[in-house]
Amino acid sequence: MKIGKPRNLAALAPFLLLLVAVAIYVIVAVATGQTQYLTAENLLGLLGRSIALGITAIGQTFAILIASIDLSVANLISVSAVLASSIMSGDPSMMLPAIAAVLAVGVVVGLINGLVITQFEVNPLIATLGMALILQGLLSATFNNFAGEVPEEFQVFAYGQVGGISISLIFLIALAVAAWVFLRFTRVGSNIYSVGGNPDAAKLAGMRTARVVIMAHVICSVCATIAGLYLASRLRSGAPWIGRDGVYDLESIAVVVIGGTALSGGRGGVWGTLMGVMIFSLIDSIFNIAGVDAFAKQILRGVIIVAAVAVYAVRSRRIEA
Amino acid sequence: MMARLKQMNPVFLVLVLLFVAIAILSPYFLQPTGYMNFLKRAAPIAILAVGQLYVINSGGFDLSAGALVTLTVIGSSILLDGDASATWWVILVMLGVGVIVGTVNALVVSWLKVPSIIATLGMMITLSGVALTWSGGAPRGYLPENFRFFGRYLIKELPLIKILPVAVIVMVVVCVAMWWLMHRTNYGKRLIAMGDNPKAALLAGIPLTETRIVAFIMSSISAVMAGILLGGFAGVSTDVGVGLELQAITAAVIGGAQLLGGRGTVGATIAGALVLQAMFTLLNILGFPKPIRDVVQGLILISAVVIAGYRRRRSGG
Repeated sequence: MKIGKPRNLAALAPFLLLLVAVAIYVIVAVATGQTQYLTAENLLGLLGRSIALGITAIGQTFAILIASIDLSVANLISVSAVLASSIMSGDPSMMLPAIAAVLAVGVVVGLINGLVITQFEVNPLIATLGMALILQGLLSATFNNFAGEVPEEFQVFAYGQVGGISISLIFLIALAVAAWVFLRFTRVGSNIYSVGGNPDAAKLAGMRTARVVIMAHVICSVCATIAGLYLASRLRSGAPWIGRDGVYDLESIAVVVIGGTALSGGRGGVWGTLMGVMIFSLIDSIFNIAGVDAFAKQILRGVIIVAAVAVYAVRSRRIEA
Repeated sequence: MMARLKQMNPVFLVLVLLFVAIAILSPYFLQPTGYMNFLKRAAPIAILAVGQLYVINSGGFDLSAGALVTLTVIGSSILLDGDASATWWVILVMLGVGVIVGTVNALVVSWLKVPSIIATLGMMITLSGVALTWSGGAPRGYLPENFRFFGRYLIKELPLIKILPVAVIVMVVVCVAMWWLMHRTNYGKRLIAMGDNPKAALLAGIPLTETRIVAFIMSSISAVMAGILLGGFAGVSTDVGVGLELQAITAAVIGGAQLLGGRGTVGATIAGALVLQAMFTLLNILGFPKPIRDVVQGLILISAVVIAGYRRRRSGG
């Protein structure tokens, strides 16, 4: 997506939504006399509170760009966090093996998702939902509580700071930049847009569409495992429910769509997704400042997701589901 | 004969095999109390699955069904709080809520053009928010005996089958009605045509919005009825409906329903629900821990779709 040179309203929509959210945030903060929330630090911190969602959503952007979807990310996050903390068991020398093992799990899960979708022509919703159930079942059958712990050195990922900015925020932005460069300037990146926009045309143009789909799913799953590593670092240990409790599957889809990536594939990008994440954390902060009851918050959230998606509704054509 | 056998939906064969396996492992299930209790436990999921099938055949999903089950159980128990004389109007109110939820879902999809997966996801989040706000996060109130009648009561001392749970009667009546609407009326034909090819259906003069509204209402009403049954035999809790929408979708898919529209039948969906329940029962008998249910549900979900796709390609359909 090109900021500054939008071709139509749709490309500008996430930015406008973000502005509206910021405006409401400012108005609520001023109206309730809580201007301490208006510092630059606080606004930067907004994104910092949604690192795990941000990382997951960047991966989900790839899946949705190829007109697929991944419902297994939340459960994969749990698997990754539990696996990381139980391999590390507080031992700093096990950090690298644990990270390698977790990333390998991400690659394998993404490969399976992609292969089931492309080779057996299973609807991506079903394929990844099945994967979600399998992962969660295997995990819950093996662990029923916090397992292992991560060493202090690994907690730097979540708590460390460089020049006053948290390492995890820098990582998130670096990941977004990498994803943007990949999508915008590499051949595989443009293939992703072609396959998502029109798989038949892409095939006729000689692309190996199956490979592109599989690659997008591997990227999506690996991002989910990185989010799991981040959560293990932040919570100091992994538990089999952390992914599901964060509703990362549905929330990551919601922020990607709010960020302007079409569910029908082929249009959108990473920066929109990051704006979607910021919109979500702004909504959360607005509710907190306004003192909205936690459960009522949930009601409003449901309404807002639907309303925001309705803004883009005209764009999604293929997945009419 | 062989040709007909080949065309038969494999879900029925799987169901028979599962029943045989269960009967061999545990003869209790050959007793009337055994199989009747099995059917009773399968009743809510069968009703939900058939309701879900309406939406699936229309080309969508209803993810809000599980949350609506929870809302029904929580809401009824708060409204009733043990007052047996209020049961009938509370049931009517809940069915009314179902009609409203279904209508809103359908209108959001039709008018705002929001994909149904997002529309009903929003509804799911909203409904569980309503249930939590209303109850304050913990179950309150109490369900009187005459409300729990549907889920819990067993008609005893019958000839031949000895006992007959009311839940099974409810399941049979509801499913027959839903079968009739889907497979014996013009509405059913319009629904399936719409799921198969919305553009063609529109050009053929089918009112898409109205057809979709009825489909979503069927799903929501079935969720309310499943909630009434579950409130009867499982009691009041805030997580009674969690994951039920996925079980309902799984059951429909096992029965051969094609996602994004137009192929599922009510009979095969009920068989799919029974397969799912039988699978859970079998795992239980074999002593597997409960989470393994999820693994098996995931595996059969994917394999059901793979097999259905393979059969479709072979038959050139």
